[in-house]
Amino acid sequence: MTMTDKDELALEVKGVSFSYDRETDAVKDVSFRVRKGEYVCLIGHNGSGKSTLAHLIVGLIEPSKGEIEVFSNKIDDSSALEVRKGIGIIFQNPDNQFIGSTVREDIAFGLENDCIDPLQMETLVSDYAALVGMSDYLDKEPTNLSGGQKQRVAIAGALVRHPKILIMDEATSMLDPKGKREILNLVKSTKKSNPDLTVISITHDIEEAYSSDHCIVLSKGEKVIEGTPDEVFSETEKMLSLNLDIPFFKKLSIELKKQGIDVGDISSVEQLKEKLR
Amino acid sequence: MKIRLENLFYTYSPKTPFAYAALKNINLDLEGRSFMALIGETGSGKSTLVQHLNGLLTPSSGSVTVSDYQITVAEGKRRLVDLSKAGNRKIARKKKQFDIKTLRKCAGLVFQFPEYQLFEENVLKDVCFGPKNFGATQEEAEVKAKLALKLVGLDETYYSRSPFELSGGEKRRVAIAGIIALEPQVLILDEPTAGLDPEGEKEMMALFRRIYDAGTSVILVTHNMDIVLKYVDQVCVMSDGRLLKQTDPLSLFQDEDFLASTAIEPPLVFRCAKELIQDGFKLDMKNIKDISSLALEIKRAKDNG
Repeated sequence: MTMTDKDELALEVKGVSFSYDRETDAVKDVSFRVRKGEYVCLIGHNGSGKSTLAHLIVGLIEPSKGEIEVFSNKIDDSSALEVRKGIGIIFQNPDNQFIGSTVREDIAFGLENDCIDPLQMETLVSDYAALVGMSDYLDKEPTNLSGGQKQRVAIAGALVRHPKILIMDEATSMLDPKGKREILNLVKSTKKSNPDLTVISITHDIEEAYSSDHCIVLSKGEKVIEGTPDEVFSETEKMLSLNLDIPFFKKLSIELKKQGIDVGDISSVEQLKEKLR
Repeated sequence: MKIRLENLFYTYSPKTPFAYAALKNINLDLEGRSFMALIGETGSGKSTLVQHLNGLLTPSSGSVTVSDYQITVAEGKRRLVDLSKAGNRKIARKKKQFDIKTLRKCAGLVFQFPEYQLFEENVLKDVCFGPKNFGATQEEAEVKAKLALKLVGLDETYYSRSPFELSGGEKRRVAIAGIIALEPQVLILDEPTAGLDPEGEKEMMALFRRIYDAGTSVILVTHNMDIVLKYVDQVCVMSDGRLLKQTDPLSLFQDEDFLASTAIEPPLVFRCAKELIQDGFKLDMKNIKDISSLALEIKRAKDNG
């Protein structure tokens, strides 16, 4: 993706390294840029440094080398709190981010911190609960919800504060396929009504990565591939050697080749039938 | 290994404004060794159900029987009866009860994201915790722990490492080893592959297959239909606190009328094979478990003209 001066950068990661134990780098000299309004997917196997990168972006941990800028503000001790106001983050396990004793209170928690008028808060909370399909659960205790339901509440709690950047750290990995699709559609529709929302999603979901604007592939803390989904997923051999998934029909094509059947590059069952005739 | 649920109901926070009926009249029968998947939308009651199997939750009404251990409820009180002694008049009534720990050892439950429960200073100690808690000596516990770690594919170089410095997949294997070390007759796992990358998922499922082959029943909660098709023999479908169906994966995915009434979508490999069959390819669905077996089946069909 080419960058022009006009495009505002939401995030710039410049030569960032981070080490938990001062011996091995969990993130190693990683650089990339995310434009305002982009939907970017960070993919990589477990332990590739994806989550560490997310924690660096919200200033939970500081890089040992390099810099991170959010809307041209460098993240450091003095700016971290301010920068974080514009970022909503959803973690993999919703149990780690629950605060309220009911769903209603939990969604309202961020708003209370932002000193929103209580009257306005009521409407906002109901609106966002409806958006994530949890209207019937407003007075329920979060502890009694299923994992997927908790995650929808967490997403509502993040979106209700109108963040400029939404970071999802494997936010859909605990949901069932239907719930997963609902959440992804929800994020997409939010993006449609608010095209300036930048989404950074850490994911193993190939379907999601395939529909994003831009993909960054990490392995052992380093950026190994970057580009549009088409560019990234055309590097099938490399993706497979990194233990990453590739779209179904690309995989089937490789397996058929092993059986001596060459169907070439296919992406649908129609094309497969055609090639097999 | 027998598991029987009869007229099982469970309500969270009964008699409060938060009351929520999570299980409604569940009846389930499993005989012999089984490899079963429990599927259904989020909130359908899967996790609530598995927490009954080792006595973590007590039924609001109805009964749970695992092996010879039966849990019922009478006048709001939990009753634990060892069925192997139940009919024997020579044994006093009190002695017919069993210790809930016996059931917990028999039915090993691994929660969602079990890696959050690791706490010891090194891997070996963490895995030893369970057996020691159930009365094993330090030596016995270590023997069991080492066997369990070997089974999950972690060698002796891991023994002295801190569980907190391992990768997510490794941590999860340590946590599962902690349950395997109890030598349960049935291993129950709540979404064991959630959050793992494809390779981690494959290794994890291969591990459960080994555990099953070694003689233990395996029950897992999953949303992943590829796993259902490839690995398990039986599948139970839950929705809104009810058990809708108990069948085998192939019958489930072929039951279009039923699927239409649920949110379940057969895996892509199944749908692809079905389209090819409808198009005249002579594929045998029984042989298709994953992408590579689909490719083999296409090859076979082509060779046979």
